[in-house]
Amino acid sequence: MPLRLIKPGDWLVLLGGMVVTAWLFATLWQGNAADKAVVRSGGKIVAELSLAENHTFTAQGPLGASRIEIHNRRARVAADPSPRQYCVKQGWLAKTGEAALCLPNQVSLELTGAKKLYDSLSY
Amino acid sequence: MQITIQTTAEDHRIARLAAFAIGLSLLEAAIPSPLPGIKPGLANIVTLLVLARFGLRAAIWVSLLRVVAGSLILGTFLSPSFVLSFSGAALSLATLALARHLPEKWFGPVSLSIFAAFAHIAAQMAVVYLWLIPHAGILYLAPVFAAAALLFGTVNGLITAGLLAEKQKTDSVRAPALQS
Repeated sequence: MPLRLIKPGDWLVLLGGMVVTAWLFATLWQGNAADKAVVRSGGKIVAELSLAENHTFTAQGPLGASRIEIHNRRARVAADPSPRQYCVKQGWLAKTGEAALCLPNQVSLELTGAKKLYDSLSY
Repeated sequence: MQITIQTTAEDHRIARLAAFAIGLSLLEAAIPSPLPGIKPGLANIVTLLVLARFGLRAAIWVSLLRVVAGSLILGTFLSPSFVLSFSGAALSLATLALARHLPEKWFGPVSLSIFAAFAHIAAQMAVVYLWLIPHAGILYLAPVFAAAALLFGTVNGLITAGLLAEKQKTDSVRAPALQS
C-alpha cells in the first residue's frame, strides 16, 4: 500500500490557507495604513502624534481650543468651537491622506503614513 | 475509609493519551519562541490521532485534560495564558467536530490539522483583542499568526498522517499472524 499522506482535498485546504494568509498580509500590511496624525493651527504644524498610543491633544486657534483625540489607531476632532462643526461631524479618520479641517478656527488634522497617497492629480 | 473510583478501560486510555499530550505541551513550553503565541502545537498531534482512532468524545477529553492539567503543572491555571489555550482548544475542537465529516477519501489529517490550527489562532486572537489588548494594533500580528498556523498545521498534519499510516501498516502485518 503506497503511503499517501496528503490527499487531493488536503492540497485544496493548503492552497486555501495560503490564500487567506496572503490576503491578510496584503490587507493588513499594506503601506497606506496611517501611522501619524499631523495637527496644524494657522497653517503651522503644532503637533505630530503617533497613532500607536491613545491620547488627546488640544490645539489653540483664533476662536478657541480644538480637542484632537487619538484612539485605537484612529484620530478625530472631538470638539471644536467652529460654528458648523464640519470637522467634528467627519468622525474618525484612519487612512493615510484623510484630513479634517476646522474653519474658521484654522485647525486641521491630517493622517500620514509611509506611503504618500495622492489627494488629487493635475497635469 | 477508602474511596474507590470505578474506572473503565476507556478512562485509562484517555488518561494515558492525555498524559502523553501533557508531556508534549511541557516539552514545547521549554522551547523559546520568537513571538508570544507562536508554538508548534505538538500536543495537537495527539488530539488528531485520538480523533482518528477513538472518536470525537475521546479527543475532547484528551484535549481539555491536556489544557487543564498542563496549566496546573506550568502554574498558569486560570491565568490569561490558560484562558488563551482553553479558548484555542475549544474552538479547534468545534472545528474538528465539523471538519471530520468531510469525505475521508479526499481530506486527510493534513486538512483537519490546518483547520484546527487556524481555529486555534482565531480564537486566541479574538480573546486577546476582546479582553487583553483591545487595540487595533494587534491586527498587524494576524498575518504572522496565520502563516505560523499554516506552517505548523501542515507539519503536524503530516506527522499525524504518517503515524496513522504506520499504525495501519503494523496492524495489517499483525492481523494475519493473529489469524493463523
